[in-house]
Amino acid sequence: MSPDGSLAAALRVALPILLAFAAGALVLLALGKNPLDYYTFVFRRGLFSWPGLQETITRSAPLLLIAAGLIVAFRAGIWNLGVDGQFLLAAVVCSAVAPWLIGLLPRWLALAASLAVAAGVGASWSLIPALLKARYGVNEIITTLMMSFLGISLANVLIKLVFRDPTTTVPQTPTLPVPYRLPRLFDTTIHFGVVIALVAILLVHFVMTRTAFGLKLRIVGANPRAAVHAGLPMSGLTFATFALSAALIGMGGAVEILGVHGTVRADWNPAYGLLVIPLVFLARFNGLGSILFVLFFAALQIGGESAARRLGVPHYYVLLLVSLVLLFLAIVEYLDHLTARRRTAV
Amino acid sequence: MEALFTATFLTALLYGVVTAGLPLLLAGLGEQISEKAGVLNIGIEGMMLAGAYAGFSAALATQSLWLGFIAGALAGIGVALLMALFCIRYGMNQIVIGIALTLGVEGLTALLHHFQFARTRPSLGRAPDFSLPWLSDIPVIGPALFTHNPLVYLGLALVPLLAWLFRRSAIGLNLQAAGDKPGALDASGVSVAMTRTGAVLSTGALAGLGGAYMSEVGAGLFVPYMTGGAGFIGIVLAMLARGRPLWVLYGALLFGVSLALTTALQVGGFNIPTDVVQMLPFLMVMLVLVIFARHSVLPPALGLPYVRGER
Repeated sequence: MSPDGSLAAALRVALPILLAFAAGALVLLALGKNPLDYYTFVFRRGLFSWPGLQETITRSAPLLLIAAGLIVAFRAGIWNLGVDGQFLLAAVVCSAVAPWLIGLLPRWLALAASLAVAAGVGASWSLIPALLKARYGVNEIITTLMMSFLGISLANVLIKLVFRDPTTTVPQTPTLPVPYRLPRLFDTTIHFGVVIALVAILLVHFVMTRTAFGLKLRIVGANPRAAVHAGLPMSGLTFATFALSAALIGMGGAVEILGVHGTVRADWNPAYGLLVIPLVFLARFNGLGSILFVLFFAALQIGGESAARRLGVPHYYVLLLVSLVLLFLAIVEYLDHLTARRRTAV
Repeated sequence: MEALFTATFLTALLYGVVTAGLPLLLAGLGEQISEKAGVLNIGIEGMMLAGAYAGFSAALATQSLWLGFIAGALAGIGVALLMALFCIRYGMNQIVIGIALTLGVEGLTALLHHFQFARTRPSLGRAPDFSLPWLSDIPVIGPALFTHNPLVYLGLALVPLLAWLFRRSAIGLNLQAAGDKPGALDASGVSVAMTRTGAVLSTGALAGLGGAYMSEVGAGLFVPYMTGGAGFIGIVLAMLARGRPLWVLYGALLFGVSLALTTALQVGGFNIPTDVVQMLPFLMVMLVLVIFARHSVLPPALGLPYVRGER
């Protein structure tokens, strides 16, 4: 790509973000808050302080795995919107299994097995949408969303009725003792899950852009009819896509539990799903770009959570900001398209 | 156990079915209009939530339920305008924009709730019911089905009206063409963009009205995320109804039953965690989808922006 092209690409990404922050500032003003104070606080807390930066990087672990899962699905033209159910169910089962496995296996083997279990749980929760899509062509947007609502409730049922830790008053799963959790990196609070997540998203990027399997998925996504004519095994690929996507998302739930919380409390639902989807779109399904956006968003989230306590702006504000970024991205893209068309017309 | 079968219980249950089903009916009918015209309106959840917030705020400020309903419908139309602008005019991806709008409305209404209502927690009084003459005197069924907010009857009247509109009017034909073969509609001199915009705005009005009913009549207050997936259920209803409004009504009642059971079982003294019961409506959707999967039909041009001259 020419330097001119990459500059335009950078602008196309930076502009929507800047515009969204500006529009968001107006909302803050209307609510009687100083936007400059808010933004400075959020970024100082989330990016430019050592503890904040560590939290941001730690937070990006589950987000990166979700992003990896979404990239696989979206590139194959499958709209897996069931992230939250897949994520939570995997987290709950993983947190129930891990303390038990620790007693049977060496630490690293137990952790690896827990991760695998989480991946399996995530994948299994995408089985029905995959089946309906592959067999009857039922729109997966609806089925994955419904399975997501189901999964969130089922996760709570499991915590309260099946995996409940009898020693605590608040319903939660048994706690994985700190020394058995995912190891920390060097002297930081960042856990090994970040490495797993980075490897996963890089691997996904490589597979989707450089391998025959990735090419097949992209053909299915870009033009299903062409894929059928090319003799690709459509239903097999559909199942593979769903399973891979949901397994990665399930692992996202696992690293959050094995690395940070050690347990799942009833009614815990970080609702990362609808938030990571826009990030993946902003990156145009590119794995490398997603890493940047996820880090940026994680910083916003960490800073925003802190700002909720300090400045009295609830963290809902971050939702609004993400939505504005998407809408401005749409506008910028449209204008870009328009000028390109005008240039060719002349 | 005997408490389950008393007349009062049955009345309360049936009453709950209608109250829970109406927002779904309005959302489902609204989504049906959009889908017919070829727009998959994922933003409907945001439209409902906007309606719920605006309806409640307006009703609280003016002490008039009807002004609240109007405000709710207008808020839904407002969100729908954005959807139409981005997806129909700009031809952007309908799923992305739908999600963006839903997220934005979730964030905005939760923020506003935090600053306006979180401390004082205002609520509206019980909304007055309108008893239909004669019918409401029937024991059990009367107070359960024929003693409701007038919006319920309007919602029900919409079913035959839309059925007629879809089947017998030029508007219905245009809508159908916009979803099945937009090129043909364009060739016959009718603007695809205008047809689809009209459809999306109607969806917004109905969804907003449904949301306003949820906050004003159903709950009497507004809480963040209060629509809780009702819009998404509306999408399922529209998908399974294959363009027939009456089927949306059946579906809405079916989901109304599972939603009403949630409260009824707890009132009846059953000690089941709420989470189990909350699964019912979604379990029902999946069951229906698995059983009737072969029969769910969506228009061919659904979700695709229309660009003249492009194949």
